Amino acid sequence: MAEEVVLLDFWASPFGIRVRIALAEKGIKYEYKEEDLRNKSALLLQMNPVHKKIPVLIHNGKPICESNVQVQYIDEVWHDTAPLLPSDPYQKANARFWADFVDKKMYELGSKIWRTKGEEQATAKKGFIESLKLLEGELGDKTYFGGENLGYVDIALVPFYCWFYAYEKCGEFSIEAECPRLMAWVKRCMQKESVANSLPEQEKVYELVLRAKKILGI
Amino acid sequence: MADELVLLDFWHSPFAMRVRIALAEKGIEYESKEEDLSNKSSLLLKMNPVYKQIPVLIHKGRPICESLIIVEYIDEVWPHKSPLRLLPSSPYDKANAMFWADYVDKKIYPSGKLVWGATGEVQEAAKKEMIENLKELEGELGDKPYFGGESFGFTDVALIPFYTWFYALETCGDFSIIDKCPKLVAWTKRCMQRESVSKSLPDQYKVYCFLMELKNKFEAK
Repeated sequence: MAEEVVLLDFWASPFGIRVRIALAEKGIKYEYKEEDLRNKSALLLQMNPVHKKIPVLIHNGKPICESNVQVQYIDEVWHDTAPLLPSDPYQKANARFWADFVDKKMYELGSKIWRTKGEEQATAKKGFIESLKLLEGELGDKTYFGGENLGYVDIALVPFYCWFYAYEKCGEFSIEAECPRLMAWVKRCMQKESVANSLPEQEKVYELVLRAKKILGI
Repeated sequence: MADELVLLDFWHSPFAMRVRIALAEKGIEYESKEEDLSNKSSLLLKMNPVYKQIPVLIHKGRPICESLIIVEYIDEVWPHKSPLRLLPSSPYDKANAMFWADYVDKKIYPSGKLVWGATGEVQEAAKKEMIENLKELEGELGDKPYFGGESFGFTDVALIPFYTWFYALETCGDFSIIDKCPKLVAWTKRCMQRESVSKSLPDQYKVYCFLMELKNKFEAK
């Protein structure tokens, strides 16, 4: 049966990138539709009426929303290739915990780094580095968070790499200096086609941030 | 075996209630340890070093944290306990259940906190948002007996603990939930008829008193 897969996305969204990586890991063909977030399409509003946000995965006409839910869905439907979540319930719960940690910390703290100044920015930077160090601890000596292969937590976190340059420039710090083991993990991930092809260039994301700062008057 | 399963708990936490309900639905025995959140035990700090929060389920010495993750874990480890799985087996229905459980975390919890915890304009805005959120949930429930369909499921477990906030929300927010969302209130009554739920939830008035104490302490700072 021909599967119809559509992804409503925004090129710089770390959440959208997660889904792109998962689909690429599984070798799934899909139609990519870029959304203008200032002028959301009727399809987006119809498919995600609750949050009106990307990414939205549309599989055979039915929408699935929220990136971590989408990645888990992709893993379950296309379960014969490249498993992303462990099958052991405890390991799976651990993977879900750390992906949820990325959700709770990375986006908000990262946003504060480029949107704010002074004390608020300093606090955000500190929190961001602390979070990356906790993740480094979880990674340990493993090749990937998923062990020998790219897994759910790798997919949850690596998309934020394309925002690192913007965070570093705005926050005036070096993530490599603070978290070298994490950066080594990033480099390993970027050697994988599914990751390298799904992430936009850091410089382009930084240009987007500069444009946004201008519009917001920051 | 009860000595294999420990729940670090706090009676008034809606998140901890989710775990109690899931364990009760499955008829699983466990040891409950009530935490004093102003003086957290070394066990809690050791088992949840990242967030230092309850609930934490400790199974054979290994911790599982975050309430929805814990409920999914319970459902997977004890799949054949009566009556049925909490999560649907179809990937699409499962994704939908997770979406709505996540909705409760993203919407009901934050706006609810402001309805009973804030005042003035902030409270008014939160009240408006809370009512919209409850109506949205009502829409998802539709004519089904439960969010899970014919059976009590994952989304029901995620949401029903917030029923304990209803008295506080109505009193502080000065509105009636049954007026705004009669179908949702009918659903709460259906859930409360389940022993797993009625035995896991504290009394609404007691929760109200507890939340008001919290509010006073916060305001005093």
